[in-house]
Amino acid sequence: MKTSVEFKPVAVIAGKEFRDRIRNRWVLAVALVFAAFALVIAYFGAAQQGAVGFRGIDVTIASLVSLVIYLVPLIALILGYDAIVGERERGSLELLLSLPITPLELLLGKYLGLAGALACSTLGGFGLAGVALAWKLGLVGLAHFAGFIASALLLGLAFLSIALLLSVLAGDRVRASGLAIALWFFYVLVYDLLLLGILVLSERRFDLGFFPVLLYLNPADIFRILNVFGFEEVRKLYGLATVLPATLASPWLLGGAMVAWIVAPLGLAVWRFK
Amino acid sequence: MASNVIEVRGAVKHFGDTRAVDGVDLSVRAGELFGLIGHNGAGKTTLFKMLLGLLPPTGGEIRVAGQPTHGEAFRQARRGIGYLPESLALYDNLSGLETLQFFARLKGADPASCGSLLNKVGLGDAGRRRVRGYSKGMRQRLGFAQALLGSPLLLILDEPSNGLDPQGIREFYQILRELRERGVTVVLSSHILAEIQLRVDRLALMRAGKIQALGTVHELREALNLPLDFRLILSPDGAEPLRRALERQPDASLQLDGAIAHIRCPRERKMAVLGVLAGLDRAIVDLQIREPSLEDVFLGYSDIAR
Repeated sequence: MKTSVEFKPVAVIAGKEFRDRIRNRWVLAVALVFAAFALVIAYFGAAQQGAVGFRGIDVTIASLVSLVIYLVPLIALILGYDAIVGERERGSLELLLSLPITPLELLLGKYLGLAGALACSTLGGFGLAGVALAWKLGLVGLAHFAGFIASALLLGLAFLSIALLLSVLAGDRVRASGLAIALWFFYVLVYDLLLLGILVLSERRFDLGFFPVLLYLNPADIFRILNVFGFEEVRKLYGLATVLPATLASPWLLGGAMVAWIVAPLGLAVWRFK
Repeated sequence: MASNVIEVRGAVKHFGDTRAVDGVDLSVRAGELFGLIGHNGAGKTTLFKMLLGLLPPTGGEIRVAGQPTHGEAFRQARRGIGYLPESLALYDNLSGLETLQFFARLKGADPASCGSLLNKVGLGDAGRRRVRGYSKGMRQRLGFAQALLGSPLLLILDEPSNGLDPQGIREFYQILRELRERGVTVVLSSHILAEIQLRVDRLALMRAGKIQALGTVHELREALNLPLDFRLILSPDGAEPLRRALERQPDASLQLDGAIAHIRCPRERKMAVLGVLAGLDRAIVDLQIREPSLEDVFLGYSDIAR
């Protein structure tokens, strides 16, 4: 039998999750971390080349991309891994589901509330840095920086969606946290090394036409491509032009893939949770 | 029947090879205070979860408030059901009032009613304190207030007096009495049988997933035909005359413990034993007749099952 989705219980759950993160200063702490890192990187990002100070939006974003790829997935996974399994382990899930709320509404509410907290931190933290750098960025630079913030948010939302799936699948919080760390390790540290290994080992013996598609199977890579393809210098620096045809680097295609990374794990979580 | 708030027909719930609920038939009438007792693992909590739609039955049919326990219609029915789980978990970071308001919004009840509910369960002064600082009894009271949100027609309370002090237990049953007078149906489980034997209208005894006995406390007692207990306080030289007099009552057993005597006899021999005792007025200082308690009934049914 079909049950409709009501907005009110979703909003109540989302509101509680969001307020909890405001009250325990999670949003403020993460925003400050983002802002501090962004400013430090903007100032010292080119220190390896012997220069200190703001060196342009392309260098700043290239440095920030590396930071965000490490930091945002980890923060999103930590934020969401116990959303469901934590309620189940504490015993409050049973009480919640005895009320007029469906599992789908509960999961949506959890996701939206946590996503709101993550969005506030990301927009607030990087936005603050953007304001501080605005006079140096110029209009075009600001537009690039806004695009970077938006893509960082999409990356966070994708990993939050994965975290909720873990939270539904895991039997207890310890396993959920272990899985979250393992996934972060895989997507952020191991996946690209694996791809490089395949490239090197293949030595052109195989048709690697499918290779660029493999980059789409990792939201961290999608984020990287989204940000570096806009800058010629950075594109050369990363060497991405050699493996990724321009057709696959369309911002709309990449953005769509990121949205798919948000929707698909959440959809699986809903299906499993029901 | 329309007046039955709960209708369970042949309900079965399997977890792998384990039959947690195994062919239960049960009807609970509107306005009834119904008790569910049984050993740990007898299937009480599983049955409660099935009544709430938290666990789908493996087989059989369950209707609560006239609705099957799934789908959109049951979501509406849930607004009229209050539930207090056995292992109550609340949010430590919220105050008592905030906790209640959160559940009120989810249930579609008026959050403005939360203050008076807190007063009702004796937490009026603690409403603004974080739940983190609440004692077990206070958490249980808050959980009970949560179950009362939205003027429920049916309350399902799993071990509701857990952690309550005697005063709290008395107040809790006082509230239940008031609710029953307003036509609210209450189904509760408890391991403290003395607490519920005088308070429930009917009860069911569950064992290994089945209903082993169902009826009023009196009916269950009668069905088992448990013996009566007499407790006597004897005068200093009263033991010997009592022993001699009871020799003519072979069904009655006597146990002496100093000046206290315990006599046990079949219910149908009650008047004969009383007649014997009436002739010993100088040997007996005081006399009490104890009906079998619900605990005796429970243990009696346990013996049958063995």
